[in-house]
Amino acid sequence: MLCEICGKSQATVHYTEIINNESSETHLCEDCARKKGAMLKPHFPLADLLSGLIDFNLPLTLEDKGRGKCPQCGLTYSDFKKIGRLGCGQCYDTFKESLAPLLKRVHGSNEHVGKSSALAGKAMQEATLQLRELQERLQKAIQREEFEEAARLRDRIREIEKKTRKSAASE
Amino acid sequence: MKLNDLVCQTSEWLKGTGPNSEMVMSSRVRLARNLTEIPFAHRARRDKQLAVMSLVRPAIESTKILKTSFFVDLSELNSLDRQFLLERHLISHELAEGKGVRGVVIGEREMVSIMVNEEDHLRIQCIQSGLQLMDAWRLIDRIESELDAKLKFAFSRNWGYLTACPTNAGTGMRASVMLHLPSLVLTKQIGKVLQAITKLGLVARGLYGEGTEPSGNYFQISNQVTLGQSEEEIIDNIERVIKQIIGHEENARKALLGKGKRQLEDRVFRAYGILKNVRVIDSNETINLLSALRLGVDLGLTKDVSRRTLNELFIITQPAHLQKLHGKTLTPGQRDMKRAELIREKLSGK
Ligand SMILES: [Zn+2]
Ligand SMILES: [Zn+2]
Repeated sequence: MLCEICGKSQATVHYTEIINNESSETHLCEDCARKKGAMLKPHFPLADLLSGLIDFNLPLTLEDKGRGKCPQCGLTYSDFKKIGRLGCGQCYDTFKESLAPLLKRVHGSNEHVGKSSALAGKAMQEATLQLRELQERLQKAIQREEFEEAARLRDRIREIEKKTRKSAASE
Repeated sequence: MKLNDLVCQTSEWLKGTGPNSEMVMSSRVRLARNLTEIPFAHRARRDKQLAVMSLVRPAIESTKILKTSFFVDLSELNSLDRQFLLERHLISHELAEGKGVRGVVIGEREMVSIMVNEEDHLRIQCIQSGLQLMDAWRLIDRIESELDAKLKFAFSRNWGYLTACPTNAGTGMRASVMLHLPSLVLTKQIGKVLQAITKLGLVARGLYGEGTEPSGNYFQISNQVTLGQSEEEIIDNIERVIKQIIGHEENARKALLGKGKRQLEDRVFRAYGILKNVRVIDSNETINLLSALRLGVDLGLTKDVSRRTLNELFIITQPAHLQKLHGKTLTPGQRDMKRAELIREKLSGK
């Protein structure tokens, strides 16, 4: 097969692009592929995947599930699709339904396994200690038949459990 | 130390030493980090950008490794100085061309630099000479841990470090190796090699990273995936692939030395001859001739020139460096003459 740009050299680089729902295959020689890679806008991150000439189905056409705005920075999902960048850390939580499949396609995984922020570990530890203490107090309150206090403690425990579950799931 | 002092300094990564330095010019690891609760630089108002700067700078400057660093405020630099830092691989295009409050902290011998308010709040990078990715990672890991104790980074249990571009989320790490592969290019095997690389989740780029064309037979190979693999796994994977590529380049060099030795010598010594005698030369021709001469040096065909000199020439013959060395702006025509002069001078060992 000959290169689609110069029509002279043998095409050795093949890749698939998806633009507006249409997938098209491109076959280029090494020189033209390099030139094309260089012509792509250097800082558009999804184009960056292309400049790597990876045979990759770009999730540009992903259904916009995460409607609404990020409460912290005001970014919408369609803003993100336009500029290819999120606005803040909170965006990841706001658009998690759309981002989860995207991350999976880009990285082949949805699970971070590298270095962890010490802070994230510390927050988890603190919550565990706090829960333990509250549970002890709850036991004592029940023993002493202080039901009002027990109900208050139970609510606090539930609240903390909900928070740590949420943070374990997304944040 | 300040920006102008860099002009007469040779960066650590240009030494031309370290493992596999006959094919590996340098190893680089960079980490992306963002502060929690503050929008990323492109979406932050000026007051927020200033807030990032004032939180981050004291934290950086109190780390052990960066105590002796100096800070360059990009918003105060003219385009020549910005280009100069870019040519030295100390900043990215994005930071050079960006707007707003932004800067770079530069460590001793330019081994570590930290960009502030680039695409992410922090871009921490370490460059070393030769194939030393794991060393570069260890150094950067230490710095990051110190910063992590002082700053609150945006981090999620599932998706790791949260970055402006989702292609960096997770470890936020890009590890890359700059390879010189003239024999694979000469024997026309490079296409196959690059194709194989992409299948292994790696990317090949040009000298200045994203979107730049390979030139002078230099290829920058880096990881694409940042989520689902640990930093060590990512580095192991790249190093394994790099060693295979090195093996292929070695075989190609042997083959050229066998069958085509005369042609190879001719190519090397023609390049050397031109470089020693040239009067007018552009940067593209310079890079290509330096590549040919370097191959000769790496194969032991000539011992007159050191790899370090070639690496240095590689950087200082670029436009902004030439102008900084002469202390004034030069037209492209003047640069081509000054470049020729500089090359002759360096190669005659004076
Ligand atoms: Zn072509
Ligand atoms: Zn946001």
